[in-house]
Amino acid sequence: MLRVNLFLIFLVVVCALAVVTSNHRARKLTMELERTQERMRALEVEWGQLQLEQSTWATHARIEESARKALRMHAPDPKHTISLEP
Amino acid sequence: MNYVKSPVLDPRLPAGRARLVHALLALGAVALLIRAFYLQAVEKDFLIGKGEARYERVIEIPATRGRILDRHGEVLAVSTPVKSVWAIPEDARLTPAQQRQLARLIELDERELARRLASERDFVYLKRQISPELAERVAQLQLPGIHLANEYRRYYPAGEVTAHVLGFTGADDIGLEGIELAFQSQLAGKAGSRRVIKDRRGRIVEDVESLRPPQDGRDIVLALDTRIQYLAYARLKEAVSEHRARAGAIVVLDAKTGEVLALAGIPSFNPNKRSELAGAPLRNRAITDTYEPGSTFKPFTVALALEEGRVRFDTPIQTAPGRLSIGPATISDAHPHGLLSVAQVIQKSSNVGAAKIALDLPAEKMWAMFAALGFGKPVGIGFPGEATGRLRPWKRWRPIEQATMAYGHGISVSLLQLARAYQVFARDGDYLPLSLTRIEGTPPAGARVFSPDTAREMRKMLEMAVEAGGTAPRAQVAGYRVAGKTGTAHKLEGGAYANKYVSSFVGFAPASDPRLIVAVMIDEPSAGRYYGGEVAAPVFSQVMAQALRLYGVPPDAPAAPLKQAAMQSAREGA
Repeated sequence: MLRVNLFLIFLVVVCALAVVTSNHRARKLTMELERTQERMRALEVEWGQLQLEQSTWATHARIEESARKALRMHAPDPKHTISLEP
Repeated sequence: MNYVKSPVLDPRLPAGRARLVHALLALGAVALLIRAFYLQAVEKDFLIGKGEARYERVIEIPATRGRILDRHGEVLAVSTPVKSVWAIPEDARLTPAQQRQLARLIELDERELARRLASERDFVYLKRQISPELAERVAQLQLPGIHLANEYRRYYPAGEVTAHVLGFTGADDIGLEGIELAFQSQLAGKAGSRRVIKDRRGRIVEDVESLRPPQDGRDIVLALDTRIQYLAYARLKEAVSEHRARAGAIVVLDAKTGEVLALAGIPSFNPNKRSELAGAPLRNRAITDTYEPGSTFKPFTVALALEEGRVRFDTPIQTAPGRLSIGPATISDAHPHGLLSVAQVIQKSSNVGAAKIALDLPAEKMWAMFAALGFGKPVGIGFPGEATGRLRPWKRWRPIEQATMAYGHGISVSLLQLARAYQVFARDGDYLPLSLTRIEGTPPAGARVFSPDTAREMRKMLEMAVEAGGTAPRAQVAGYRVAGKTGTAHKLEGGAYANKYVSSFVGFAPASDPRLIVAVMIDEPSAGRYYGGEVAAPVFSQVMAQALRLYGVPPDAPAAPLKQAAMQSAREGA
């Protein structure tokens, strides 16, 4: 009887320790998840800002100006357009 | 054996004392049990709550407002997080040096800052919506009582080019105008919240439950094409300043689907600058303003006469001597003509001719046609403040009114209504409901107003108006057949027609299979010229030419010798 009891006590202690460790690990993982999510949000914000930046750089007014002034381009007049039948 | 008679060493206690101790111990035990019961059963919820409050936190999960995209997915409006600086005035005891530093950093007048910090309230905003980088520097000052709050700010990369369509949002990211208001419920996100356990250092160690999942706002994909929108805006702006006009508006429609590809107005405003958000520039002149359309209205009257069989393409109409008296009023032509065919009435834009055709039509039929074309009713695209225009009931029309309505006076419309109605000529007699958002799949069915034959004949007449001898040769687009109609309307001022004009042009191309409809309206050109053919038609031509090229629409009037020249120059270039 005593042996069985000792064995059960041992089992309980092992289980208790296991619970503690897994709880600890769970918390660590949660923290990591939290950090990663935080990073995800930050990246999303950055993505939004980059999109904004891209749109700002790609403003048609800006493109038209550099095309006309810096690159001296102009729209082709119909005389210089060849249309191909598909 | 002689024991010392000491009571301490006496193994037997007096019976009374033993009982007393027993009783006390029992009492203590009972007290503990009661207390335990009280804590475990009676006060349980309260205590659990208190305990959880020590380590559990409910945190808000912010949701972002949806973006607004153009038909090709280009971003037109996007929310990005910013910070707002706020203070608890009572806690904010700053040294003068700190105050100066803060004022400089957030670009606030020092006296204004001092005034706000002296406020009686518990919460004052010092500066709203600053960039995250600037906020970082404010945080580094570590000033007492000064805090940062997360907020969102809306940015419009295209600025004033798309301002009238998109509208803008208020400081709290709620739509106040335009698309932002019209689609508020879809764009708005719903913030969520969740319960977590935080440790001593404020790190989240356990997710308890999600109370409300956050719901990000939906993206709205507009029918707008940024390239055409920019073209339309830029060319309109040039024309408005060249002709020293008060205002202008332009609408570009896809004749195949009813989508609004561009819609712009001048004067515009920059939605990124909050200080500019007031006054007349905010008005969307294409949708919320009405004007008397003038001669751009003639084709409808003529189409009805064709449809009713009252006239044919070449029926002669006597317009000499360029005047027509109806009761006490006189209708006159800007340039007297003579004997014109019905087609020439459109080509030369004769008021007298149009009036004569109209007087031959029953008022009820005319009214029914205008109503069927959607005049006098909102356009129904869900835009805030859509103008209905004025279309009076036919029973109260006098003959002179019926005659003036034939050439677009005594009736008012918005530019968008007019552009939509022109679909009946660009398409084969029907028009589609307009859409501000991109249409996926097949467009909805149209409403038929005229027969395909009438529409085809009208297209021919409208093409003549743009040819040499018409009112708008300047609307021509090289390489394409174009059809359209000019309008030069006197403006009503205080009940009388003043010497101020609204110049307009509505047309479509390519005439063989219309793809795009462009409507231009320029209000009060005051640099000498005011005819629609001189003021509005060139804008139409420029926008149409570039839009057709962008869409790769095959030219339907290619000039054969030019093609050879093109080949030659291509060879020379090589």
